[in-house]
Amino acid sequence: MTKPTRKFRYPTKDSAPVRIALTLAGVAYIALFLLTPLIAVFAEALRNGAAAFLAAVTEKDALAAMWLTLTVAAIAVPLNTIFGLAAAWSVAKFDFWGKSVLITLIDLPFSVSPVISGLVYVLLFGAQGYLGPLLDELGIKVIFTVTGLVLATVFVTFPFVARELIPLMQEQGVAEEEAALSLGASGWQMFWRVTLPNVRWGLLYGILLCNARAMGEFGAVSVVSGHIRGLTNTMPLHVEILYNEYNFAAAFAVASILALLALVTLVLKSALEWRYGDEIAAAHRH
Amino acid sequence: MALKIERITKRFGTVSAVREVSLTVEKGEFMALLGPSGSGKTTLLRVVGGLELPEEGTLSFDGHDLTHVPARERRAGFVFQHYALFKHMTVAQNIAFGLDVRPMGKRLARREVNQRVEALLNRMQLEGLGKRYPSQLSGGQRQRVALARALAIEPLMLLLDEPFGALDAKVRKDLRQWLRALHDETKLTTIMVTHDQEEALALADRVAVMNEGRIEQVGRPRELIEKPASAFVREFLGTDGEGI
Ligand SMILES: Nc1ncnc2c1ncn2[C@@H]1O[C@H](COP(=O)(O)OP(=O)(O)OP(=O)(O)O)[C@@H](O)[C@H]1O
Ligand SMILES: [Mg+2]
Repeated sequence: MTKPTRKFRYPTKDSAPVRIALTLAGVAYIALFLLTPLIAVFAEALRNGAAAFLAAVTEKDALAAMWLTLTVAAIAVPLNTIFGLAAAWSVAKFDFWGKSVLITLIDLPFSVSPVISGLVYVLLFGAQGYLGPLLDELGIKVIFTVTGLVLATVFVTFPFVARELIPLMQEQGVAEEEAALSLGASGWQMFWRVTLPNVRWGLLYGILLCNARAMGEFGAVSVVSGHIRGLTNTMPLHVEILYNEYNFAAAFAVASILALLALVTLVLKSALEWRYGDEIAAAHRH
Repeated sequence: MALKIERITKRFGTVSAVREVSLTVEKGEFMALLGPSGSGKTTLLRVVGGLELPEEGTLSFDGHDLTHVPARERRAGFVFQHYALFKHMTVAQNIAFGLDVRPMGKRLARREVNQRVEALLNRMQLEGLGKRYPSQLSGGQRQRVALARALAIEPLMLLLDEPFGALDAKVRKDLRQWLRALHDETKLTTIMVTHDQEEALALADRVAVMNEGRIEQVGRPRELIEKPASAFVREFLGTDGEGI
C-alpha cells in the first residue's frame, strides 16, 4: 500500500502563502490606519520635549477642560447606568404594549448624527428655542452651560448600557428571579442578589463603553458648548481650539491624554472580553 | 383541610391554559399531575405557587385563602423543571438563599444557617459539594440541590415540575425511590407534574389526569387503571413508554 502523497488540508484552511499574504495585508492595514495616527499623536505631543508637554497639559484652560470632561462623565455615566438598567430590565423581563417602540427609541442616539442631536437641543432649549423663554423665566440656562453638555452627553451615550444588557437579560429569562421570589425574596432582594450579579460583567462592559464615549464625544457637545474657554470646553473641544490657533504641540499634548484614556479603556475592555466573554452579550464580542 | 383548588381558570391571551380546575390535595398527600404536553400542568402548578395569577377561582391552604397571597409569602417549595439554580452562587449559598432573605426580625444566626445547610447537604447525599458551583454538578446532583433549596425554607407544600425530566432513565428510577422515601419522612403535601404515566402511577398516592386545561379524572393509581373515566384516560394510561 502506498500512502497518499498529498498532505491533508482542512477545507476551511487556505494554503500557507495565501494565509501569510492575507495576514500581512491585514497587519499593514492596521498599522497604516490605526497605529500610525496613534504614534503620531504621541510623537507630536512630545516634539518639544517633556517639559513643554507638561506645561501644555497643566496649563489653566487645559486643566479646566480635563476637569469638565471628568465632571460630565461622572454625571452622565451613572445616569445612563441606572436608566440603561431600568430600560433593559423592563424590555427583557416584561411584555407590554409599545415595547418595540421603546427598543427603537433606545437605539435612536446611535442612528442620529451627534451634531443633529446637539442642534435639536439648541432648538429646544436655546434662547429662541421652544422651551427657551420658559426656562429663562425659571432662571435655568441649558445652552452654553455645563447642564447642556451633560444633557447632550447623556443623550448620545444612552444606548451603551441598555444595549449591552438587553440581549443578556433576555437570554437569561426569569427562571432564577422566580426561584428567588418563591424562596421568599422581596423584589429588591431579587434584583440585588440575583438579577444584578447575573449581568455584572456585561454591565461593567457597557459602563466602560459608555464612559469612553462620554469622554470622547465631540459633535453634540460642540454644538451646545459655545466654546467658552475654561468654562464649557471639554477635552475634545479644547483640542480643536488649540489646533485652530496653530498651537499644535499643546493640541497634541491634550489629545495624547485622550488617546491614553482610550488605550486604558481598550485594555480593560479586552480583559473583560477575554475573561468573561460568555457573560457579555454576543452583540459586542469580537 | 389541606390544599384546595377551586374552579381555577388561567388564560394567556386567547388560550385557556387551565379551565375551571378544582382539586383537593390532602395534608401529607403525594399528588401527581399527569397529562400530555400543553395540557396545562405547569400552568396549574405555577398558579398554586403564586407565580401566575388566575383570572378566576380560588386557592386555599388549611382554610387560609391564598389566591392573592404573593409568591414570596406562600412558603411553597418550588422545584423548577430546569432547576433554576443561582449560577453565580455556590451550592451552599443556593441552599441558604431562602434563609438569607428572611426579613430582619426572623433571620437566623449565621451559624444556625450553616448547620441547616450542612444537614440538608447530608440528607440529599450531597456531602462535600457545598463549595461547588451549579455548573460543576451532574444533572441528578443539581436536581437534589434544587430540592434542598426548596426544603430549606421549611415549606408548607412541595411543588415539583417534571423533577426528573432532564435526567436519563437509570438516574430517574433511583431518584424516584429516593423522592418517595423523602416524602414519607417529611410528610410534606406534594404536587408533582409529569407526563410519564409510569412515574406518576409508581410514585403518587393519587393522580390527576389533565387534558386540554381540564382534569379528566382524579384517583388512586389502581382506580385509574381499573376504572378510567374517559377514553382519553384509558388511552393515555394504556400506552407504555412515553404518553405524549
Ligand atoms: N407564558 C405563556 N404565554 C402564553 N401561553 C402560554 C404561556 N405559558 C403556557 N402557555 C400555553 O398554555 C398551555 C399550557 O401550557 P403548560 O406549560 O401549562 O403545559 P404543560 O402541561 O406543562 O406542558 P409540558 O408537558 O410540555 O410542560 C399551552 O398551550 C401553552 O402554549
Ligand atoms: Mg410543563
